[in-house]
Amino acid sequence: MTEALLALWDGAFGSSYAIWSATLVRSAPLLLLGLGVALAFRAGVLNIGAEGQFLMGAISATAIAQSMGSMGGAVPRIVVIPMMALVGALAGASWAGIAAWVRQRFGVLEVISTIMLNFIALASISWMVRGPLQEPTRIYPQSAEIPGPAQWPFLIPGQRLHLGFVIGLLACGIAWVVLTRTAIGFRIRAVGASPSAATSAGGIAVAGTVLRVFLVSGACAGLAGAAEVGGVTWALYEGISPGYGYTAIAVALLARLHPGWIIVSAIFFGALEAGASAMQRDAGIPSVVVQVIVALVILGVLAGSQRRVIAGAATLGAEARR
Amino acid sequence: MTRSVSTEPVVATPRDQEALALEGITVRFGSVTALEGAHCTIRRGTVHAILGENGAGKSTLMRAAFGWLTPDAGTIRVHGAPVSFQSSADAIAQGIGMVHQHFMLISAMTVTENIALGGQGRFDASTTAARIAEVATKTGLPVDPSARVRDLAVSAQQRVEIVKALVREAQILILDEPTAVLTPDQATELLRWVRSFADAGGTVVLITHKLREAFTVADDITVLRQGRTVVSAARLALSESHVIEALTGTGTGTGATPASVEASTVGPTIRSAQISSERRRVDHIADAPVLRLDGVSYVDARGVTRLRAVDLAVHPGEILGVIGVEGSGPRELLRILAGRLAPTSGRVTRPDAVGFVPEDRLHDAVIPTFSLTENLVLAEGGHARGWMDWSRWRGVTRDLLATADVRAVGPDIPMATLSGGNQQRFVIARERRRATAALIVENPTRGLDLNASARILADLRTLGGHPRPAVVFHSTDLDEVLSVATRVVVCFDGQVAEVQSPLDPNDRTPYTRAMTGSDRLGGEIAAERR
Repeated sequence: MTEALLALWDGAFGSSYAIWSATLVRSAPLLLLGLGVALAFRAGVLNIGAEGQFLMGAISATAIAQSMGSMGGAVPRIVVIPMMALVGALAGASWAGIAAWVRQRFGVLEVISTIMLNFIALASISWMVRGPLQEPTRIYPQSAEIPGPAQWPFLIPGQRLHLGFVIGLLACGIAWVVLTRTAIGFRIRAVGASPSAATSAGGIAVAGTVLRVFLVSGACAGLAGAAEVGGVTWALYEGISPGYGYTAIAVALLARLHPGWIIVSAIFFGALEAGASAMQRDAGIPSVVVQVIVALVILGVLAGSQRRVIAGAATLGAEARR
Repeated sequence: MTRSVSTEPVVATPRDQEALALEGITVRFGSVTALEGAHCTIRRGTVHAILGENGAGKSTLMRAAFGWLTPDAGTIRVHGAPVSFQSSADAIAQGIGMVHQHFMLISAMTVTENIALGGQGRFDASTTAARIAEVATKTGLPVDPSARVRDLAVSAQQRVEIVKALVREAQILILDEPTAVLTPDQATELLRWVRSFADAGGTVVLITHKLREAFTVADDITVLRQGRTVVSAARLALSESHVIEALTGTGTGTGATPASVEASTVGPTIRSAQISSERRRVDHIADAPVLRLDGVSYVDARGVTRLRAVDLAVHPGEILGVIGVEGSGPRELLRILAGRLAPTSGRVTRPDAVGFVPEDRLHDAVIPTFSLTENLVLAEGGHARGWMDWSRWRGVTRDLLATADVRAVGPDIPMATLSGGNQQRFVIARERRRATAALIVENPTRGLDLNASARILADLRTLGGHPRPAVVFHSTDLDEVLSVATRVVVCFDGQVAEVQSPLDPNDRTPYTRAMTGSDRLGGEIAAERR
C-alpha cells in the first residue's frame, strides 16, 4: 500500500522530470478541456462532448500542419502554430455547434448529442489515420510526424512541457476576468443560474448566450486537441486521448466550475494520471486503480454539491467513459 | 329543453337519490384552513354547479371527493354508502371521474394509450380502441382513438379526458373549470353535452366561476366562500343577485333567501380592515397614455385565445387594477404590457423600459444565489456592455436598500438570505429604478405574511416621481386590487372592460359580477332556459 502510494507520488512529483515532463504535460490538455466544460456548465449547458471536440481539434490541427508543410518553401513557425491553434479551436467550436444547433432546432438534449458526437469523432480519427492522413508507407494507422515548424516549442530545455500549458493558464485567467468583471460574463452566470430570471428580469437573450458559450466551450476543447498534437504527440493516432475529455468533467466539477481552481484541479488530475503510470510500472498496481480514485473524487464532490443537474451529467460522463 | 326540476333545497335529498354527498369536510394545509366544514349533496341525474371566488375551496373540495387528498374531518358518501378514499384509484373504482383544469394526458401517446394508462392486466390496443369508439358513439363525444394527443386541439383533448372517465365507467363526472380553455361555441356545445349526459341519468359536478354556466345548465348550485358552504340549493330557488351576495359575502340581501343559506359568520378579512378601501381619484384625461393597447389579441401555444381585441390605455399617475379569475387573461395582459410577451395581433405602445414585478419572485424576478448587487445589475443584464464597475453598482445597491427601506446587512449578501417582504421591496425598487414611467405588478403579496403584504400595498399606493408612474396592478385577491387601484378593469373570457366603481366604496358586488360574467347575463339566461 505504502509502496503503491510512494510510486504514485514519485511518478507525479518525485523528480523534476516527473513534474515538468509528466504531470504538467498531462495537465496541459486538462486545463483547456476543464475550462471549456466549466464555462458550459456555468451557462447551464451540459457539454459532455469535450472528448469529441478535442479529437476534432487534433484532426484539424494535424491536417493544417501537414498541408502547410507540403507547401513549397518552409512556412515559418510563427505562422504555422497560430494557424494550428485557430483551426483546432474552430473545429472544436463547429463540433459543439452541431450539438448547439440540434438543441435549438429540434430540442435534442446536449447531454445526448455531445456524447454521440464523441463516438463520431473517434470514428473519424480511425478513418483519417487509415485514409487521408495516413503516413506515406501506409502501414501504420497513424499520421506522419508533423513538420518541424509545426512542433510547438518546449518551455524548459530538456523537459517536455510545451506552449499549450501556458495557453491553458492564460485561458483560465482570461475566463476568470470575463466571468467576474464583464457584462458578458455576468450574463453567462445569470443564464446558468436562472434562465427564467435572466429572461424576465434581465431581458437577456438566453438562447444566444447559451449558443455562444457552447461554441466557446467547444473551441477550448478543440484548442486543447491542437496543442496535444503540436506539443506532445506530433502525430495523429487513435489513442491520442486517454479520455481527457471525460476527466475534464471531473476537473471542472472538482474546481466547482471556477476558472482559478481549474488550474489546481487540472494539475491534480494530471498528477494522478502521471502517477498512475509510474505506479503500474514500479509497484505493479494496475493504473485503473487511479480511475477508481478519480471516480471517488467525483462522487465526493457531487455529494457535497447541490447541483443535481450536473450530477446527472457527470453520471453520464462516467458511463460514457467505460 | 323540458325537464322537471325539484324546487326542494338540496339538503333534504333522501339517501336513495344522492350520488355523492360531502359533509363537514375540513382540509388544512399546515396552518392554512382550505375547507372548514364544507358540504354539498349531489343528486343522481343532475348537474350540480360549484361556485366560488379564487381560493374559496372549490377545487380542494372536489379533490377530496376524488381521493386526491384525504380530508382532516368529514364524511363522503357515494350512492348513500360512506367511503374513505386512499387514492383517486379508489374514487375511480366507485364510479367517480374527474377532468382536471390541466389535463392529465401524455402528449406523445395516442388517445388509446392514454386511456389504457392506469388500467390493469394485459394491454390490447385494438380492444381498448374498440371500447373507446363504442363509448364515444354512445355518448356523442367524437374522439379518434389512434390520434396522438399532442396533435389534438384543446377541446378534443378535453373530450379524451371525459371519454377516459367514461371508459372506466364513471357515473359521476367532476369537471374542473371545463370551459376555461374553450371558445364560446365549444363551451356551449360542452354544456349542452353535460346537460344531455345528466338527462340520461349521469351525474355531473361542474366547478366554475361563471355564473352564466351555473344558471343555464345546473339543477343545483353550491356556493363556497373562504372554505365554507354558503349556499347549497336548487337553482330555481336561487336568484342571481342572491348568488352574487353569497359569493362576495357582502350586499344587503334583497334576493330570495332559501332556508339553506347560512348566516354569514365570516366578517371582513383582517387584511381589508387594515387597508383603507377608499379610492383615490385621478385626473388622467389631461396626460397622454403611457401604455396603450389597440386591438391586441393573444393565442397561447395550445391554441387557446387568451385575449381578444383588447383596447386599453394607462395614464401617468393612475393605478390600474386588473381583476379576473385565473385563466381569463390578466396574466397575458400584464406580460404584454410589460413587453415580456408578444401579442398575436394588435398594436402595443409602451416606453422602452417597463418595470415588471412578476408573480413568481424567486423564479422570474431574482436569482436567490446571487448577491443583492448582482440582482440589481440583473435588470441591466440585457444591455450592459464591456466592463462591470462593481464598486459603483455596490454603491447604487446600498442607496437603493436605504431608500426602499430593505432590511439587509449589505449589498454583498445573497438574495436568498432576505425575508420575502424585503425581497419584494427590493424587486419593486429595482424595477422603479429601471423604468420611471410604467410599472406592472402581479400578485406582489404572494407568499408574504400580513404585515409584509400591507407594507407592499402601502408602498404601491404612494409611489412618487415626476411624472408619477403609470401602474398596472393585478392580484387574485380582489380586496387588494380595490385597496390599491384608482381604476379597475376586468378580464373575462379574454375581453377587458372597465368596471364602474359603485357609490358605496365597500360594495364589491359590481366587481364580482364582472369577474363571473354575470353582468352580461341579461336576457341570455332567460333565452336559454326556455
